[in-house]
Amino acid sequence: MTPAAERSLTTYLIGFVLAVVLTAIPFAVVWGGLLAGPAVYVVIAIAAVLQVMVHLVFFLHLNFKSTPAENLFFLAFASVLIIIMVGGSLWIMTDLHHRMM
Amino acid sequence: MTELSAGNTLLLEEEEKTSLEAREFGFWIYLMTDAVIFALLFATYAVLANNSAAGPTSQDVFELSHTAGETALLLLSSLTFGFATIAMTLGRSGRVVFWLIITLLLGICFLAMEFVEFQGMLEKGAGPEVSGFLSAFFTLVGTHGLHVAFGALGICVMIGQVLIKGLTLPVRSRLVRLGLFWHFLDIVWIGIFSVVYLPGVM
Repeated sequence: MTPAAERSLTTYLIGFVLAVVLTAIPFAVVWGGLLAGPAVYVVIAIAAVLQVMVHLVFFLHLNFKSTPAENLFFLAFASVLIIIMVGGSLWIMTDLHHRMM
Repeated sequence: MTELSAGNTLLLEEEEKTSLEAREFGFWIYLMTDAVIFALLFATYAVLANNSAAGPTSQDVFELSHTAGETALLLLSSLTFGFATIAMTLGRSGRVVFWLIITLLLGICFLAMEFVEFQGMLEKGAGPEVSGFLSAFFTLVGTHGLHVAFGALGICVMIGQVLIKGLTLPVRSRLVRLGLFWHFLDIVWIGIFSVVYLPGVM
């Protein structure tokens, strides 16, 4: 094995362990009923966001040095679109829901 | 004469590299559009999740142990694809094929589990036509499953290409893009168990 291959092997293994931990936490919380109420949703959301970042960094090898700037730009663009569209849909529909009650 | 052809070969290799880089960028743009599609399906599901029209609710149809199994399969397959990528950088085509086959098997097991889940839901009378919740569920999770099926097809194709063509520059480039696709599907699945299954069973 070359040093570069060993480094990327370590990267994949670290990413995998982090992903397993970040999956186990929300499953344990829901399965074991460790928390109740809105706190559960907070834990699930934080674990999900962290795990997406772990996947991007350790599996898709995203970083500010070797990833082309255009790719990062499009990732940021898509993120903004997603936040506007998902956030907007949820906002409008919950508002509508409240008004229809 | 030989000097000229050597220069031409160099030029061609350079051109091939640029074209492959452009393809990778194009594939990245495709992935981002796919992310937007999934995001909207997530938004649709979140809006409709409570509209079960007096039919089966999410508590009735979701099985968390089943979801955990599917998650484990997909996560493991991401790791084995990583191993295939490492073998590719080392130029060991036999290893690449071995890890691709393992990845393919994990992907097929995932699809089988999803099929069993959908089948069970349909038998319980919880098909997509029953309520807004179930329509949104089958659309979102089904779209992800369809992507995994296409990814599995892509792995089959790439196993063939590695075996027949060897690890040439274009084959490596295709394998890298397929890897992007496969890891991306794992990211979407994180969203699915966080938005659909975990809140669904509470």
